[in-house]
Amino acid sequence: MAVSASPARPPRLRVPWAVVGVAPFMAFAVLFLILPTLFLVVGAFQDKAGSFTLANLGSLWTPTILASYWISIKISVASAVLGAAIGAFIAYAAVSGGLPHWIRPTVMTFSGVASQFAGVPLAFAFLATLGRQGLVTLFLTWIFGVNIYAHGFNLLSFWGLTITYLYFQIPLMVLIVTPAIEGLRKEWREAATILGASTWQYWRHIAGPVLMPSFLGATLLLFANAFGAIATAYALTGSSLNIVTILLYAQIRGDVLHDQNLGYAIAFGMIVITGLSNLCYILLRVRSERWLK
Amino acid sequence: MKTNRLGHWLAIFFGTLYFLLPLVATFEFSLRKLRGVYSFEAYRVVLADPQFQSSFVYSVVLAVITIVFGMAIIVPMAYFVELRLRKLRPFVEFVTLLPLVVPAIVIVFGYLRLYNSSSLLPLTNTSTGTSFLLTCGYVTLALPYMYRSVETGLRAIDVRTLTEAAESLGASAGTIIWRIILPNIRSAMLSGAFLTFAIVIGEFTFASLLNRPAFGPYLQLIGANRAYEPAALAVMAFMITWACMGLIQVISRNTVAARP
Repeated sequence: MAVSASPARPPRLRVPWAVVGVAPFMAFAVLFLILPTLFLVVGAFQDKAGSFTLANLGSLWTPTILASYWISIKISVASAVLGAAIGAFIAYAAVSGGLPHWIRPTVMTFSGVASQFAGVPLAFAFLATLGRQGLVTLFLTWIFGVNIYAHGFNLLSFWGLTITYLYFQIPLMVLIVTPAIEGLRKEWREAATILGASTWQYWRHIAGPVLMPSFLGATLLLFANAFGAIATAYALTGSSLNIVTILLYAQIRGDVLHDQNLGYAIAFGMIVITGLSNLCYILLRVRSERWLK
Repeated sequence: MKTNRLGHWLAIFFGTLYFLLPLVATFEFSLRKLRGVYSFEAYRVVLADPQFQSSFVYSVVLAVITIVFGMAIIVPMAYFVELRLRKLRPFVEFVTLLPLVVPAIVIVFGYLRLYNSSSLLPLTNTSTGTSFLLTCGYVTLALPYMYRSVETGLRAIDVRTLTEAAESLGASAGTIIWRIILPNIRSAMLSGAFLTFAIVIGEFTFASLLNRPAFGPYLQLIGANRAYEPAALAVMAFMITWACMGLIQVISRNTVAARP
């Protein structure tokens, strides 16, 4: 700081420039990010007349709303845990050697693309794959004579949506966790082997504990990622699958709950859930970065 | 070690299967429009649809405006925070992470309540106002990615020395940002820009709830009413995403090559 404040210039020329440069961003952040969020949070604690109440949050405990939160949480947990486990495994397989050199950059590039391939087009892709007329559905019927739809499979269901979400969750995991896996030093493994550790012991006592914070943190990030998603589910199921984002969408569109402040409470509940998982993610990331330096 | 390598191969094999099958299936599905033969009829129908053309152009224009507007407020902010206002950094970090915490549907819900026709700033009254609101929504969506890429770019160069050198030659703050900083972080900005483009082009939640004729709601509409055209659109969307990510790769590789 002392160096940059050259005495030759009068200070009035310096300070305003920095303020002028920062002000538009600050104004934008307040107007289009902080105020809209605050408005909903405050609204969640107000009744129609504008006085303080906890009744809106209490109204969340109705079967429809609880069910929608519950199915959202189930899908998010399933796609996050599966995505994290499979993603970590693929990242490890691609990074740790033993495979041809071109595999690693291919996996990373493809992960960059697939992690962004979400929303409405992803729903179309899976309808064309696992829908009633989808390629895989027809293929299984043709080759094995098994119609998966006759056996209770439905793309417009918990498992259908989870399988679809994995298409962006796994690549996202690969992208997040690869730096952590690269942080595993070869020397640790060698040292462990010299001291007589088995592969299982190496993973249980060395690599596992080192990777665990990044792994858990990434899982939480995937959870929040799935929890706030709507476009894929909406394009896939219309409003037949009652996840919380679709409920909120219907509430915004047509006030289906007949109570504006209840809508704010639903939004507030979503912020609390994604906020908590992000907070834990940040805490875990701080922990895990100690090992990567 | 043999079994270990087999496990790796299996992981890559099943991963490839899971990720390629939907792409192959979508492409195959998109060719089925004419009975009995494979054809590009679905693509022809989609491309000839005036609503496709108008919604796609609308979204491309909006994406470009989002990138320019976003960079115009983020670059000066990141520059001055890096140079002089370090105290603001925790706040900026918090704000740029916020869009990952608050789901898009919640943000747009807030917009609709805060800027509706009976509010102090009734942006949703006019279509221009609503398009502006949509742009702002897209800037918030892209904020984490744009800020991260700009910040990475700024950290890779010596902002302080460059600024002092320019100042000692008599350059003003505007000149420094425009002619010194921008050219130096150009590749980082381009990465952020292409990522933003990929995010914005098919975005559904904001555009649908703000009732703007963008590409995302058009996709949803076609999905609800047509059989084969959605698959054709999904193939195109995938190629757009692929192009954006590919360009980012090319840019970052060139940067690494230029800075040994």
